[in-house]
Amino acid sequence: MADPMLEFRHLSKIYGQDEARVFALNDVSFGVDKGEFVAVMGPSGSGKSTAMNILGCLDTPTSGQYLLFGREVSGLDRDQRALLRRYFLGFIFQGFNLLARTTALENVILPLIYQGVPADERHERGMAVLEKVGLQGRAGHRPAELSGGQQQRVAIARAIVTRPSLILADEPTGNLDSARGQEIMELLTQLNRDEGLTVLMVTHEPDMAAYAQRILTFVDGSLQTDRVKGGANAA
Amino acid sequence: MLLETTMLALRTVFRNKLRSFLTVLGIVIGVASVIAMVTVGQGSTAQVQADVASLGSNLLMLRPGSPSRGPGGGANDAPPLSLADMEALLRDIPDIAAAAPSSSRSQTVVFGQTNHIVQVIGTDNAYYGIRGWTLAYGRLFSESEMRAGTPVCVLGTTTSTVLIGEGNPVGTTLRVGKISCEVIGLLAKREASTFGQDENDAILMPLKAFQRRISGKPDVSSISVTFADTATADGVTDQIQTLMRERRKLTGDMNDNFNVFDMKQISSMLTGITSVLTGLLSAVAAISLLVGGIGIMNIMLVSVTERTREIGIRMAVGATAGQVLLQFLVEAIVLSLIGGILGIGFGLGLGAIGSYALNIGFFPDWRVIAASFVFSAFVGVVFGYFPARRAARLDPIEALRHQ
Repeated sequence: MADPMLEFRHLSKIYGQDEARVFALNDVSFGVDKGEFVAVMGPSGSGKSTAMNILGCLDTPTSGQYLLFGREVSGLDRDQRALLRRYFLGFIFQGFNLLARTTALENVILPLIYQGVPADERHERGMAVLEKVGLQGRAGHRPAELSGGQQQRVAIARAIVTRPSLILADEPTGNLDSARGQEIMELLTQLNRDEGLTVLMVTHEPDMAAYAQRILTFVDGSLQTDRVKGGANAA
Repeated sequence: MLLETTMLALRTVFRNKLRSFLTVLGIVIGVASVIAMVTVGQGSTAQVQADVASLGSNLLMLRPGSPSRGPGGGANDAPPLSLADMEALLRDIPDIAAAAPSSSRSQTVVFGQTNHIVQVIGTDNAYYGIRGWTLAYGRLFSESEMRAGTPVCVLGTTTSTVLIGEGNPVGTTLRVGKISCEVIGLLAKREASTFGQDENDAILMPLKAFQRRISGKPDVSSISVTFADTATADGVTDQIQTLMRERRKLTGDMNDNFNVFDMKQISSMLTGITSVLTGLLSAVAAISLLVGGIGIMNIMLVSVTERTREIGIRMAVGATAGQVLLQFLVEAIVLSLIGGILGIGFGLGLGAIGSYALNIGFFPDWRVIAASFVFSAFVGVVFGYFPARRAARLDPIEALRHQ
């Protein structure tokens, strides 16, 4: 089997010092291959958010290694991590995190501005992904003029417009009713299946986790179970 | 990227016009005051210089009174000048090219039903050349009029217009004080006003006529002297002082009881005072620029806090700290430049109104305008940097969590 696309090796994240030390992550090791759709579950405080922040290059581990495409990235500085996010990662948040005073299209093309893509190409690519997420005709709407489900679709469009290698979704259905949530999950599943997009998704809803092919469960900073549909891997 | 950032900053600034305007108000007031001060200052300096230029070059004025008491001071207790003094100057100091006596007094002048109070000056024909006057109509005083003291007058244009009306006044007769005076000439109009006075409002008459019929005294209140280009004002002044001390038998430690003014020197003194005042007022105005800068910093800090989540989103999609810094810095610069541009506009407007009110020329100084523009940008950089750095240093995780 080839090297995984991303891999945690004995990774720990510790907050505080000495007696007050808290292990947000304690010696966590796992790998994710390209094209996988992985759900990350666990109660709050289990370390799943910390893991997502490190996976998203927003945070750095205290010890251990984080390998992305086989390369160690945990030692990179802020700007290098920003570049990794810019070119290889896409984020979807529970609270959508759209810029309130700009249109759907402007939100979608925001990452392309930082990539230095020319204006007309940005527009073209932005319109194409908006259509892909089913929001044709809504490009000029501001977030407040869209429903929650539509806002999350804009956020998904923003995450995929750069054609990233990895999508990190943090409770993407948490602010949506279950019907809207199902739609979002179907969209993510479709992107994973049709475009080969690797998706890591934090959720605490088993219904949503069921869409994934593999479920990682964190408890108290440790990876407790790593379950692939139709069988169980060793944790 | 910089263009995009600038466009973004402009949109952000114009999204909240009232707040942006209030933010830049300090800069607007600061720049406007500097521009207005300098414009009016330059105008008055130019005015003083034009006044002095109109007096003619190489001009000295000899007047009675001790020099320490300033122009005109002490004239009463010092012995008056006389025509004999002037003749002695012309005879003994070869550097002196021309000299003209003058005595003056304000008089009520009547023509028909019209009264007008005018400065009446008794002098001779050399006065025209020394003071740079030319005639629009008529003639100078004749030799016999000078000798006999015939009451004839040459009018300034203002006097003529007020009393008689537009056009050629030659041949009419005025009553000057108690005497009748035939108008024999009209001076050509001069634009400059000597230190605020209208030079065109004057009546010239032969010195002898003035002494006999107006003042009743054989005195000369001042002697105007021009000197050759080869001589210097200081050199000629020294010679005049030596000669006058001799004539007045002033010895040793006795002070001069006359004084010699160099009009150029007076003008440079006035110019100096004007520029010092301009500088001081501008310095006060510059302080308001500083206050304006602090206002911008304050609002930018508020803006960074308000937009923490936006900053987090931008960082999540790949903005580097440098790009976030640049965004907020450009926004501060755009704000302060808008303030600067508004200030330049207001300042020029105020300067134009001030120049008009003070009846001086409108002299906007392009260097000061350019400097104000650059300085506004500088204020933006200095006071925008701290808030921008705060934005750039935000932790993306914290920023995204911010409500």
